Amino acid sequence: MTDRALVRKKGNGLHRRSIFPYVNAAGMILLMVFTLYPVLNTVALSFNDGTDALRGGIGLWPRVFSMKSYETIFQDEIIYNAFFITISRTFIQTVLNVVLTSMLSFALSRREYVLRKFITTALVITMYVNAGLIPNYLLIQRTLGLSKTFWVYIIPTLFSCFNMIVMRTYIIGLPDALVESARIDGAGDFYLFWRIIFPLTLPVVATIALFVAVGAWNSWFDTHLYNAGKVRLHTLQYLLKMKLATTTNSANAAMTTADAAANTTLTTPVTIRAAITVVSAAPIMAIYPFLQRYFVVGLSVGSIKG
Amino acid sequence: MRRAKATTGRTHMNGASLKKNFFWRTLWQQRQLALMSVPMLLYIGLFNYFPLWGWITAFMDYKPALPLFQNEWVGLKNFQWLFSRPEFLRAVRNTFAMAGINLVFGFVFPILLALFLHEIRTLRFKRTVQTVTYLPHFLSWVIVVGIAQTMLNSTGAVNQLLLSLRLIDRPVFFLGEGRYFWWLVGFIHVWKECGWNSIIYLAAMSAIDPALYEAAEMDGAGRFKKMRYISLPGIRSTFMVLLIMNIGYLMEAGFEIQYLMGQNIVMDWSQTIDIFALKYGITKGQYSRAIAAGIFKSVVSIALMTSANFAAKRLGEDTLL
Repeated sequence: MTDRALVRKKGNGLHRRSIFPYVNAAGMILLMVFTLYPVLNTVALSFNDGTDALRGGIGLWPRVFSMKSYETIFQDEIIYNAFFITISRTFIQTVLNVVLTSMLSFALSRREYVLRKFITTALVITMYVNAGLIPNYLLIQRTLGLSKTFWVYIIPTLFSCFNMIVMRTYIIGLPDALVESARIDGAGDFYLFWRIIFPLTLPVVATIALFVAVGAWNSWFDTHLYNAGKVRLHTLQYLLKMKLATTTNSANAAMTTADAAANTTLTTPVTIRAAITVVSAAPIMAIYPFLQRYFVVGLSVGSIKG
Repeated sequence: MRRAKATTGRTHMNGASLKKNFFWRTLWQQRQLALMSVPMLLYIGLFNYFPLWGWITAFMDYKPALPLFQNEWVGLKNFQWLFSRPEFLRAVRNTFAMAGINLVFGFVFPILLALFLHEIRTLRFKRTVQTVTYLPHFLSWVIVVGIAQTMLNSTGAVNQLLLSLRLIDRPVFFLGEGRYFWWLVGFIHVWKECGWNSIIYLAAMSAIDPALYEAAEMDGAGRFKKMRYISLPGIRSTFMVLLIMNIGYLMEAGFEIQYLMGQNIVMDWSQTIDIFALKYGITKGQYSRAIAAGIFKSVVSIALMTSANFAAKRLGEDTLL
């Protein structure tokens, strides 16, 4: 390599001893710190003594270790009930949603189906035209009378158009010969769907199931709107939301530590809230890293024109 | 096959009745497909189309106690009321402002992250960064707002950091000052969704032919030139599709974060059209006015969506419709 070439390459940052990879890696590490710090801080808070936490300044490790917050939240039986409601709604909603969405996607992927165009158009319009909050509220609350029931968590959320389009695009991409040959053997559409197509769509099913399950697990607004008056139907996120409302005031009233310490007993809402946060987020945090390889499939199929 | 036969038949027989007959015969043969899809059609009819009927109450002085058509028709009075109300106009402004910030941040940061992640050659490190940055996407807004309150309060980490860097000399009340609210919403969205939104761009970049990079290297292109002339054009079509889609959803500036984080003192900056509708419709029981606000939002969304689609078509890009 001539000197001139070397100089030119150096100028372009292509030189072998380029510092770019190190700068880039350092930037990424900083980004990870920026992402993780607030989360780990919450975990640290949840294991800290309540009164001590009010002084602030807790970083990544509890200053005065205490399990008191967890003891307090698990003494109240409402949290077991909330766990039960959250798990049931997540499970039922996910199973029903995935089965119905994939069944519909299969039907709408069959080119010979006479209602295909009509139903697809009717569905796609709903992605952009939305009646809005109040008409939907009136439908669920007055017309259907679903408020104060468990079913208000399940029935209005049986189906998502976006997921249907993702799934349908994936099914259309599968080789036609699979369906054709099974048809020649005399297989009906239900058989085709359940025994042939469904097993092949598992990567997308996993993605959709994860999206639906996360959405179900994390939702609180339906409880707030329809089931606030019924403690037995409160979900974990809703319990947390109520704690949020009560801690907000103390965090913002600019009270001094002495004030705050005076009107609390051993635990304060801040540490309790942190403990509920940890408890309610832990299940998803434990699962999502293992499903990572499916995300890409689901997301990139979705961005293709349906 | 069947379709071909029917089309030829139509030319010398009674076309209309044959076609009708053919439709029902085919539908009967496809009854299993119909069983899989028609119930869902009825379902969306009930949950997505039937509530649109409620829109007519925006033109009435609606009292839920009365039968629908015994309510008094008032024409556009509810809309006039809305637009004469500073509170509603502020809600419109806030919705647009936060939606705009989210739109720009929601493209810039994930694309930058994807560009730089794409340069990382150590696969294990790359995957670790990805796993970590996806994490907040899975946290609920209740949790995120709780964390944000802890981070941003007067003894929180953000204030401590700024104090120790001597950028401020006393704690800032981030959540109690209206003028910070839009930007906080913007940055919290970035924290929550940046990693997740970069997935799709990374996938698009990994589909770029490596020969292009090699050719560019031969021509003496450096790292940043390659990003600019190869990686970025490589994600162009993905970007355009997402842009059109997001413009269609522009009015969805988010609801949960504003609802959970906006306290009364910052309400002039935090209240969006949805929160306005919720407040007037459910808390105050003024259904007609709330529904009018909702209609305004839907109409603007549809207009944005169709014009984005039209513009994309004009520019020769892929369109959604």
